[in-house]
Amino acid sequence: MAEPVTAQALQERVDGFLAGHDPAGDRLEFLRARFDAGLAWVHYPVGLGGLGAPRVLQPVVDQRFAAAGAPDNSPRRIGIGLGMAAPTILRHGTAAQRARFLRPLWTAEEVWCQLFSEPGAGSDLAGVATRAVRDGDGWLIDGQKVWTSMAHQARWGILLARTDPAVPKHAGLTYFLCDMHAPGVEVRPLRQATGEAEFNEVFLSGVRLDDELRLGAVGEGWAVARTTLMNERVAIGGAALPREGGMIGVLARTWRTRPELRSPALHDEVLRLWVRAEALRLTGIRLRQQLAAGEPGPEGSAMKLAFAALTQQISGTEVELLGAEGLRHDHWRADRPAELDLIGRGPTYRWLRAKGNSIEGGTSEVLRNIVAERVLGLPAEPRQDTGADWKDLPR
Amino acid sequence: MTLDLRYTEEQEQLRDSVRAMLTDHAPWARVLKVAESPEPDDADLWRLLSVETGLVALAVPEHLGGAGATVAETAVVLEELGRAVAPVPYLGTTVAAHLLVHLGESDLLRELAGGEVMALALPFDVGPTGSGLPGVEVSTAPDGSPLLNGTVSSVADGLRARVLLVPAGGALFAVEADAAGLRRSPVVSLDETRPLCDLAMWNVPARLLAAGDRAAAALDAAAVAGAALLASEQLGLAQWCLDTTVAHLKARYQFGRPVGSFQALKHRLADLWVELVQARAVARHAAAAVAQGDPDARLAASLAQAHCGPVAVRAAEECVQMHGGIGFTWEHPAHLYLKRAKSAAVAYGTAAHHRAVLATLADLAPA
Ligand SMILES: Cc1cc2nc3c(=O)[nH]c(=O)nc-3n(C[C@H](O)[C@H](O)[C@H](O)COP(=O)(O)OP(=O)(O)OC[C@H]3O[C@@H](n4cnc5c(N)ncnc54)[C@H](O)[C@@H]3O)c2cc1C
Repeated sequence: MAEPVTAQALQERVDGFLAGHDPAGDRLEFLRARFDAGLAWVHYPVGLGGLGAPRVLQPVVDQRFAAAGAPDNSPRRIGIGLGMAAPTILRHGTAAQRARFLRPLWTAEEVWCQLFSEPGAGSDLAGVATRAVRDGDGWLIDGQKVWTSMAHQARWGILLARTDPAVPKHAGLTYFLCDMHAPGVEVRPLRQATGEAEFNEVFLSGVRLDDELRLGAVGEGWAVARTTLMNERVAIGGAALPREGGMIGVLARTWRTRPELRSPALHDEVLRLWVRAEALRLTGIRLRQQLAAGEPGPEGSAMKLAFAALTQQISGTEVELLGAEGLRHDHWRADRPAELDLIGRGPTYRWLRAKGNSIEGGTSEVLRNIVAERVLGLPAEPRQDTGADWKDLPR
Repeated sequence: MTLDLRYTEEQEQLRDSVRAMLTDHAPWARVLKVAESPEPDDADLWRLLSVETGLVALAVPEHLGGAGATVAETAVVLEELGRAVAPVPYLGTTVAAHLLVHLGESDLLRELAGGEVMALALPFDVGPTGSGLPGVEVSTAPDGSPLLNGTVSSVADGLRARVLLVPAGGALFAVEADAAGLRRSPVVSLDETRPLCDLAMWNVPARLLAAGDRAAAALDAAAVAGAALLASEQLGLAQWCLDTTVAHLKARYQFGRPVGSFQALKHRLADLWVELVQARAVARHAAAAVAQGDPDARLAASLAQAHCGPVAVRAAEECVQMHGGIGFTWEHPAHLYLKRAKSAAVAYGTAAHHRAVLATLADLAPA
């Protein structure tokens, strides 16, 4: 390949690109051209929006584009696509699938959702019951998914389905890219504790998917799903922020600007949280430096666990600091938000929404099991569900 | 400036060689024996660390007899010393070295690089900015040279020090350990692997090292370095506690299963690991910030003590608890780690002290 890409070279590349493309022009055209120039996600391969450059150099590019007032590809809205679908398609997809899906995913022309959880299969994701049955050169899908974030906006879904019930549960799964516009896909809003309907139930009735929409081999769905899940943990709580860039900044600002609210006990609490937030932020920096140097570690799981606990405690403290004023909620409308914004709304919203952080993307309990077994090497608990065929398991 | 929080390849090699050396020369049975003996520390191990390997003067400039490395390397040595609860006056001497480098005291640095122990004559719990310095008074001998009078209690690494660096009367003095009028009394210390001593001085002849702002700045730099470096020792200690506990829980069977397969224990260990991952980032950040003279060094050091001290204590407490009865015995090393962790959590300022420092640095005023 070409010589290693440096920050300097990247900046010049961005400047060269900006010289030929008007940031104030057509949004989509601009984003597509940026993708084609390899300046979308620089660590992706050439031809797929990247330059095979170190991942740490991405901020160099993003900052340069932002400074030029270039359109944003709306990473928060496309979080599931960026964080989970894309790395999975890159790793397990065919050349045709990569070429078909990655560009519109990155430009946010096509939003993605994750069709994993089911009423009967949450933490025990390998237990999914949604069936995929061969139908000529395609598949027929029947089942029900639940808690599906953004399904109402999604063009595509990553789907885990059962292709063989007569083998042990991990062996009978296959991974699909589900066309959310296909006949038989029905999305129903599901309201959550915050009042809004960020996620959905998704009913799949006789949905026909071409075999080209299968990702990975038949029966290999669990291995593919593990790629998604690992990337999901890194994606949640792994954002690169400046000091006080996250929720702790909101709390710190309230503390600074509202001296009448202060008490010695809350002071110590605020300081403890400030220390933890800073420790987590530094952990993220160290993790990204390791990733960039090609030394990925299991620290992403630590980030997700610590992030969930921290957002919950910071937002809880914020409500208490504000006293009765902190109890005045903005509204309970059943909004269908286009993107999640923890900072934008009030303290009670933050406090409620943060409760989901230790459930979504795998609960903190399940993540602790994973850390204990895979990172620390502690023995698994005795299990009844791994030897028997899926169809014979109690449900 | 973004500080690099990873270990370099050279640092990993340094770690390997220090660990190998400590495995041979500081197995815990020996550590316990030294701790129980009247000796303040392990003189043989000290000779190995100072004279034979030059690890004590790692961060001292080459032209002064050191290795010309940085505090980031010293921190790696401290991780390993923490892992071994090694009974050597390394931390205190390293902090003294930092102060001497700050003052450009070449003669003392050369002695230090040659294996002499040096210690700051301050109570072990004095941290950066603020907590009161002890009141040692300065008078003048008929020939005009300074004399020191007063007491300093709970000095770490001071028993075998050849030279004591004494803050007094707004200045800094060097006092020879065998000076007339100086008495050092050992204290029965919680952490016998890093014993404390009390100093009493009656008209002790001293040499002025620095006065005024220069003295204050050097002392402050030493306190910041001490708080930052200690975090790496705490990290190493916590890592040993986690590793040892995991190994034990895999081998110990109760109720027909390895106890490590019980979720009640697995989750606690997973949480401990999560804290350790963060402690590593924080400790590396502090070491890098001090090594590079980063403007953030003071904040990084206080953050490190506010975070890593409590993590090490919890790791040691969990280690004792999850080992069950054996963990509570004198014959198991866990108690050495528990005592070291608690003592280190007070050293160079408690977590509460550092949170108060952070309140100022981060503009989070008290109620
Ligand atoms: C805001 C939000 C957004 C979400 N978005 C999506 C999405 O877009 N797509 C999607 O597929 N899913 C999504 N989910 C679903 C999420 O992944 C699941 O809720 C989660 O994996 C837990 O599954 P469950 O709800 O069935 O709980 P259960 O698995 O029934 O768990 C119940 C309780 O038991 C505990 N538990 C379960 N197993 C164990 C064990 N072995 N050891 C210890 N404790 C255990 C759990 O931790 C939990 O406390 C979302 C969830 C939330 C809250």
